[in-house]
Amino acid sequence: MKLSYYPGCTLKTNAKNFEDSAIAVLKTLGVELVELPRWNCCGTVYSLASDDLIHKLAPIRNLIRVKEQGEDRLVTLCAMCYNTLKRANIFVKKDKESRDKMNDLMDREKINYEGDVKVFHILELLRDEIGFDEIGKKVKRKFNGFKVAPYYGCLLLRPEEAGIDDMENPTLLENLFNSLGVETVDFPYKNECCGAYQTVNKVDLVVQRTYTIINYAKKLGADMVVTSCPLCEFNLDRRQEEVKKKFPDFEGLPVLYFTQIMGLAFGLDKKSLRFDLNYINPEPLLKDKKLL
Amino acid sequence: MQDIIDKVSELSEQNLYSCYQCGKCSGGCPSVSEMDLLPNQVIRLLQLGMPDDASNANTMWICASCFTCTVRCPKGVDIAKVMEALRQISLRKNVDYVEVREISAKEISILPQIALVSNFRKQTA
Repeated sequence: MKLSYYPGCTLKTNAKNFEDSAIAVLKTLGVELVELPRWNCCGTVYSLASDDLIHKLAPIRNLIRVKEQGEDRLVTLCAMCYNTLKRANIFVKKDKESRDKMNDLMDREKINYEGDVKVFHILELLRDEIGFDEIGKKVKRKFNGFKVAPYYGCLLLRPEEAGIDDMENPTLLENLFNSLGVETVDFPYKNECCGAYQTVNKVDLVVQRTYTIINYAKKLGADMVVTSCPLCEFNLDRRQEEVKKKFPDFEGLPVLYFTQIMGLAFGLDKKSLRFDLNYINPEPLLKDKKLL
Repeated sequence: MQDIIDKVSELSEQNLYSCYQCGKCSGGCPSVSEMDLLPNQVIRLLQLGMPDDASNANTMWICASCFTCTVRCPKGVDIAKVMEALRQISLRKNVDYVEVREISAKEISILPQIALVSNFRKQTA
């Protein structure tokens, strides 16, 4: 199966480990990601103000690119891109007056966009199209005495129109990990905000949040926190450096993308999983657990 | 004062008077410890015709649009949109909340683009 794929900016830089591991894992599962030609920034946040149509053009232009390829679906990895593209599409589909205005503003585009591209996230692809049973069949490496704390963050779950699972008690990641033979802890912070973009000008707020989230995962016996969003990954992983300065007793945990765990389970080459880009080096722990 | 409250309603497309002050938004908000006023108190001040008191609090700038309040409100008020409306009213006076020049070169070099772009989208004019 070939799928149109929207990477977004961060998947090409800080989160290259997410992109590379996702491509490798999907290849094992028989899916080829075809990067969208001429993709542009999605805007990263969906515009919430009622009169702000102009910021909805960027995500919609990407969906026009999908139509130009003769495709009607677009898969994303980044939770922020997913949420922004998905919500912009729902908006255009529902509101004809705004849709007409937006198409007028994009008069050089050859396609009049009607809201007919399906935006979906890689986790939906894994659950709904490939299926956890199929994923389980590809497992080559056993995880023994290894527990992860699944962390969803906000934008894959909220608001309701963009949610890929139950908003209050999602189980998608748990089910995925169970199919890989990886134990999970019952993590109450799994859908709580990491502080998001406050990491730019309110580092203390994010430090406090990361301390609470990572510390609790550790208390529950998790060996690592596993996430899906590149901004959550940065805040939970990279900001541990600042957490240690503020809380000297803090021990920390590695933070990985779920696709890196899948790659380990599938026995994929370490090169494609790019642990060098995770700030807290997970390799000593993985070697200790005989996973590398 | 009524003009500003009408503008909040228009930009957020929310009926502020639907809120009956149950406090679920503030109960679920992960950032209340940093806020001058709780989210439900901001709504209450708007209901009472005191928008300046609502916008002088740091609440709207602490909110990172995680939508926990939005999905939990039993009256269907999208509080994240109300916070956005308050931010927009402030930013549209052409005043940045974040001083981009104050971010250190080291921070710029480690921050992912999604952090910078979303921060500037939400907090600069």
